[in-house]
Amino acid sequence: MHIVVCVKQVPNTTQVRINPETNTLVRDGVESILNPFDENALEMALQLKEKHPGTKVTVLTMGPPQAAEVLKEAVGRGADAVVLLCDRAFAGSDTWATSYALSTAIRKMEPADLVLFGKQAIDGDTAQVGPGVADWLGIPCVAYARKIEVADGKAVVERNFEDGYEKLDVALPCALTVLKEANVPRMASLRGKMAAKKLVIAPMTAEAVGADPAKLGLNASPTRVVKIFSPPPKTGGVKWQGEEPAVLAQRLADLLRERKLI
Amino acid sequence: MGLKIDLDLCTGCGACVAVCPFCALAQRAADGKVEVNEACTACGACLETCPVGALSMEVAEKKADAAALDAFRGLWVFAEQRGGKVQEVAYELLGEGRVLADKLGVELCAVLLGHQIGNCAATLFEHGADKVYVVDHPALEKYTAEPYSEAMSALIKKYKPEVVLAGATSMGRGFIARVAIQVNAGLTADCTELGVDVDKRLLLQTRPAFGGNIMACIVCPDHRPQMATVRPKVFKQPAPTAGRTGQLVAEKLDLKDPVVKVLETVNAMQNEVNVAGAEFIVTGGRGVGGPENFKLLAELAEALGGAAIGASRAAVDAGWISSFHQVGQTGKTVRPKIYVACGVSGQIQHLVGMNSSDTIIAINKDPDAPIFGVADVGIVGDLFQVVPELVKALKK
Amino acid sequence: MSELNYGLSELALEIRAMVREFAESRVKPVRAELDETGHFPTEILRELGKMDLMGLYIPAEYGGTFEGDSMPNLIAVEELSRICIGVSVSFAANGLGADPILIGASDEQKKKFLPPLASGEKWAAYALTEPNAGSDAGSIRTTAVKKGDKYVLNGTKQWITNGGEADIYTVFAVTDKNRGARGVSCFIVEKGTPGFKFGKKENKLGIRASATRELIFEDCEVPAANLIGREGTGFIWAMKTFDVSRPGIAAQAVGLAQGALDEAVLYAKVREQFGKPIIANQGLSWMLADMATKVETARALTYATVQSIDRGAKDYSKFSAMCKVYASDVAMQVTTDAVQVFGGYGYMKEYPVEKMMRDAKILQIYEGTNQIQRDIIGLALNKEYGAVAKK
Ligand SMILES: Cc1cc2nc3c(=O)[nH]c(=O)nc-3n(C[C@H](O)[C@H](O)[C@H](O)COP(=O)(O)OP(=O)(O)OC[C@H]3O[C@@H](n4cnc5c(N)ncnc54)[C@H](O)[C@@H]3O)c2cc1C
Ligand SMILES: Cc1cc2nc3c(=O)[nH]c(=O)nc-3n(C[C@H](O)[C@H](O)[C@H](O)COP(=O)(O)OP(=O)(O)OC[C@H]3O[C@@H](n4cnc5c(N)ncnc54)[C@H](O)[C@@H]3O)c2cc1C
Repeated sequence: MHIVVCVKQVPNTTQVRINPETNTLVRDGVESILNPFDENALEMALQLKEKHPGTKVTVLTMGPPQAAEVLKEAVGRGADAVVLLCDRAFAGSDTWATSYALSTAIRKMEPADLVLFGKQAIDGDTAQVGPGVADWLGIPCVAYARKIEVADGKAVVERNFEDGYEKLDVALPCALTVLKEANVPRMASLRGKMAAKKLVIAPMTAEAVGADPAKLGLNASPTRVVKIFSPPPKTGGVKWQGEEPAVLAQRLADLLRERKLI
Repeated sequence: MGLKIDLDLCTGCGACVAVCPFCALAQRAADGKVEVNEACTACGACLETCPVGALSMEVAEKKADAAALDAFRGLWVFAEQRGGKVQEVAYELLGEGRVLADKLGVELCAVLLGHQIGNCAATLFEHGADKVYVVDHPALEKYTAEPYSEAMSALIKKYKPEVVLAGATSMGRGFIARVAIQVNAGLTADCTELGVDVDKRLLLQTRPAFGGNIMACIVCPDHRPQMATVRPKVFKQPAPTAGRTGQLVAEKLDLKDPVVKVLETVNAMQNEVNVAGAEFIVTGGRGVGGPENFKLLAELAEALGGAAIGASRAAVDAGWISSFHQVGQTGKTVRPKIYVACGVSGQIQHLVGMNSSDTIIAINKDPDAPIFGVADVGIVGDLFQVVPELVKALKK
Repeated sequence: MSELNYGLSELALEIRAMVREFAESRVKPVRAELDETGHFPTEILRELGKMDLMGLYIPAEYGGTFEGDSMPNLIAVEELSRICIGVSVSFAANGLGADPILIGASDEQKKKFLPPLASGEKWAAYALTEPNAGSDAGSIRTTAVKKGDKYVLNGTKQWITNGGEADIYTVFAVTDKNRGARGVSCFIVEKGTPGFKFGKKENKLGIRASATRELIFEDCEVPAANLIGREGTGFIWAMKTFDVSRPGIAAQAVGLAQGALDEAVLYAKVREQFGKPIIANQGLSWMLADMATKVETARALTYATVQSIDRGAKDYSKFSAMCKVYASDVAMQVTTDAVQVFGGYGYMKEYPVEKMMRDAKILQIYEGTNQIQRDIIGLALNKEYGAVAKK
């Protein structure tokens, strides 16, 4: 079996803070990490490899040269091969263009039986790339998967929905986006880390994967960011009292909506 | 294309480097001037910070065929239904969609996919739809992404809507991204605010990014339809108008057999949502008074769109709820987006487990309860009165 | 946090980061439960094995990663101990069990028994103590009688760490009753050998996650090929093992004391009485200062001992004893003081310092009580100064 895991290097958004005076992002000291949900996708692949000897796990990322770090982390945990898709031509890609670029790289590889993604990336939070890649590849995709069993060229997958879950029968090849509850990701082994340290990762260019330049990067991305702003600053705590419960409740509901908290 | 830096103007002040959310800007060792790397997403966060105007965003002008774009008209809402029941998010989208459609001067349409679900259409009309497209096909009986995207894409290609909205649910997020690829459209996830630029006929889509630390406004100038998903509960449900009707379009489509087969559906509301890692938590303390009253909190949790239930040690020790739910020193440490503490006094052992939550709401009848010291919003009042009102207000 | 530069190798620093993260994410969430239930940390050891951390002290030719630097293993023990010494002793006892093989066994024996230990597939234990032979280890009574190409073992070992959980045991038994300590031999005994049974798991004050059991030998036939070295050399292997393993106990002590110090300082900063954090009281901050100073002194002595062993020191029993006795006394004091800093809360099981204080006590007892360590140091002083006097 050949499993491709798509991962992304993301800023650790839990460390990001807003400077209350300037109301801008304080990025100092924010480290770049392997997207936490992608860890679950990788772990699912590695567990399948343990269960099905002979399985090869390839980890793919598109990003700047520094993104090689997350590939090294993946090698440390047991990935067999890595691909870094890196080219200025990809800059500014939205999910449409990103899914196209990733799909071209996957097509270049030996045929994949499974293509795994994390549920979403914590910086963009879109959850669109996994289904998008599946579409470019023309394979089925199950989003929000929490469990998989593979036998006889097909998979039985459990996927969550809002108030329950479903068991699905899926023919391979297919794509999954993997939930956090699927597993507990392993940590890298010492030998894996050593191997990763020595690893030289040669970036693959858009040309090398045969990507159509018209479908790449900012220009090929249908969506445009026209404005970036900080959410209304968090005011100090307020305490409301002495009014009717219904009035207070309404005010709170309005405030939550206004602050886009729900 | 992308971010351009005018090196003649750049003074090497570094102001832009600090604000880039993606670490895409760096100062050159030689002269301190700024360079951009591949991590740039062209988000534009840096543009305004440059005191000398050295930064600009260059976008290749596309000769998008105006006439072709003009052929797209109408605002569509994907009316998610499960088991023949239209999901609330569909009504919420119809409410907001009505406002936007009126501004754009177009029809508001709902799309219903499924098998033998015909009478769902009536409630969609009552909630504001002018037209309902129904595809009734055995391949759509159980939701799987492939036939759903196939059907939706076919409708879009045929009827050319200008805007398509779907709920950011497991279903909506799962198939709409495929549709976006199939119809070559832009898709913006998880919008929290929608508006329109009537002149340019653009949907203005605002969404949080970066763990909610920044907001981005996104448009799709050259592609139609303009597609977006919206989280449940972001918009209010409109009050239904009994008896309101519209045009029903029953569409016959030839769909491929589903490649993914649903073997089993387990409709179990996972009420044991793990508080660790939950985005929303409603916590009950001794003030909740008894195990039966946790139902009230469960209602609030549901109104918030599926929150986990937390508990103080006092509530756990009283045997009202299992220790699985305990937050604090001996319980779990949590960091949700919203933490609602009901009848919790806020002793330090409780606070250490939750005080880094993004927004803390406290409901307590004692105005001096220490929980108010960490709360962003404190309501002094009886939880048995406030919580039901809050549930009502959130459901409105 | 500021730290002294002990000139640690890149590998040692890497191991420190790895094990620190592992202990925080995998051990911390379950330590209270392991303590409460006394469950053996099987999953944790398995995972450490998968991470290649069980062979840090075993040379590469036998499947490990040891290349002359003992610090990585020592630091792994320290970092685990910072979170839970019930877990760290279960990890470290493998090294203790394997040491007689590393020190005294033939290449063939090493090739057979060390690789599965290095990979973490199998675990080891060291069996010297008996009901009537504690500090006086030379008085053991378990016998091994040669019968063809076998030795027949009879007797009972007591309080063997990893007993029942381990697969490979280094067992000390008397082959010649008339020669005292020189009649002791060391055998490698595998779990599952007929006549080799285990007693029940002991119910202990601390390190409750670790397994402490009796080993019972009833006409247990062990292949003669499993004798380490020659007959009568066992006591030498036993003592040489302690010389290299005692700094490991010191590392447990340093880690534990550091963990207690961490908890105490953090608590002292948030607990408010008389309108200010309790750390703002000089009486309390001086207590913390003394705790921190003791921890660092213990660490310095322990690291220095191990580093000189690595550099080829010949006579180091004295220093091994010194770091064991000093660091374990420090661990007892610092954990006790940490409970004091927490006041009544510290006495409650909800806060980790209660367990730390209970755990600390064992460090003054096992691998030779602290009285015995002082004996060793005293004996060495007597000998060394005697030599000087004669000159
Ligand atoms: C070692 C140790 C560890 C601990 N660990 C934890 C821990 O992990 N988690 C934890 O939570 N606690 C922990 N505690 C306990 C902690 O100190 C508090 O006792 C506990 O948090 C109190 O729970 P409470 O706030 O629900 O109850 P109380 O302190 O009794 O507060 C109840 C609150 O409800 C309010 N109230 C009552 N009726 C109503 C009403 N109708 N409407 C609105 N408000 C109402 C009251 O005004 C009061 O403020 C620990 C304590 C110790 C000693
Ligand atoms: C949890 C646990 C795990 C253990 N794990 C192992 C293991 O894996 N393998 C193994 O072989 N053993 C193990 N032991 C045994 C341990 O090494 C012995 O308990 C220790 O050596 C002390 O022996 P004792 O308990 O019989 O005490 P005793 O020797 O009876 O000593 C009792 C007291 O007398 C003092 N004393 C004795 N002799 C002298 C002296 N000459 N001068 C001054 N004071 C003296 C001691 O210091 C002590 O205070 C373990 C013990 C425990 C409790």
